[in-house]
Amino acid sequence: MEVLYENLLNISWQMVVMWIIGGVLIYLAIAKDMEPSLLLPIGFGTILVNLPMTGAVEPLGQLFEAGIATELFPLILFIGIGAMCDFSPLLSNPKLMLFGAAAQFGIFFTLCLASVFFDIRDAASIAIIGAADGPTSIVVAIKLGSKYLGPIMVAAYSYMSLVPIIQPPVIKLLTTKKERLIRMQYVERKVSRKTRILFPIIITAIAGLIAPASVALVGFLMFGNLIRECGVLNSLSETAQKVLANLVTILLGITIAVRMQAEDFVSYQTLLIIGLGLVAFIFDTAGGVLFAKFMNLFLKPGKKINPMIGAAGISAFPMSGRVIHKMALKEDKENFILMQAMGVNASGQIASVIAGGLILSFFSNLIVGG
Amino acid sequence: MLNFFGGAMLAVEPMNFVYNLRYMGLGMLGIFIVMGVIIGVTLLTNTIFSGREKEEDDE
Repeated sequence: MEVLYENLLNISWQMVVMWIIGGVLIYLAIAKDMEPSLLLPIGFGTILVNLPMTGAVEPLGQLFEAGIATELFPLILFIGIGAMCDFSPLLSNPKLMLFGAAAQFGIFFTLCLASVFFDIRDAASIAIIGAADGPTSIVVAIKLGSKYLGPIMVAAYSYMSLVPIIQPPVIKLLTTKKERLIRMQYVERKVSRKTRILFPIIITAIAGLIAPASVALVGFLMFGNLIRECGVLNSLSETAQKVLANLVTILLGITIAVRMQAEDFVSYQTLLIIGLGLVAFIFDTAGGVLFAKFMNLFLKPGKKINPMIGAAGISAFPMSGRVIHKMALKEDKENFILMQAMGVNASGQIASVIAGGLILSFFSNLIVGG
Repeated sequence: MLNFFGGAMLAVEPMNFVYNLRYMGLGMLGIFIVMGVIIGVTLLTNTIFSGREKEEDDE
């Protein structure tokens, strides 16, 4: 009889907190449709690894060593993300890439801010949350050997799904009604097939030459895009976008839960990381918007940019682009800036990966096993 | 000193913000350089291949 209840005595209040966190993640995934393919396995895994005397930690730990510590899962996921990305709006107006660069401001600002509370390897890993790019956050945190992979992952993916809630108030705060009403003419330029095929190859080569630490991230992302654009691997492209991406996401989610054990997660630092992630995300949005406003100082009337598109320079593709488009339509039912916003959003995908690579270059002496 | 969760309090080093501002400068400069190079090469590729494609279409 004692066997039946003795394990109950091993329950700690921290474990109960983690069950609640797991339950909330599952609720958000199912009821609110927030990144369900990721939050659901993380939520379930969180409960799984926080049962007293759980036997799940060992197999999940092995999966962690095989798939995450080696960076395989996030890199394979990038093939799927690359296959999902349509860079055509960006290729027809490459100057939009400047907004993708400006919208990485939050990452570097948060690096400085987080260094006030954490050592530099953790601060750099926390800063990447601002990219709203889960796989990049994982790769940077793993390479720099951060102790806080669990909270960083949860924050990165939560903020990715909170784009429609976080970005609009920041944009409204930084823009006037008149600015939000600016209409932008979209001139559709035909992008040749050769350009679309060469683009991923060229980006990989440039990233490899200028920011070598980013080449694995950029390379896998662009490989996925090459599969999409080459035109002869359509079934592989479909598989990468759906089956491969979903499968790896599920494994990634449940495996990452091994870093969500109560003794590591229920801490003052977790709350701080979640707060700093929000700061990074807000300042990324602000960086893009303010850069667009700055550019408008030099542009003639009629050529001005709707500063809202600057906010789409983050990695949450295509969610951020859609949010900006909806905001423009809310202000003026005939203001269509979808293509520009999508172009900026696609550039944010590239820029956030390069920002991750730059951070790894800055701290290359700290790279684990590097 | 222990915090509410029973762990050690974080050491707060405000001057680290100032020391690490150089990474902010370097990072923003770096990202604009990389994206600038990508823009230049993309514009060049667009110019080369859109011209050639027009010629192929005409033929």
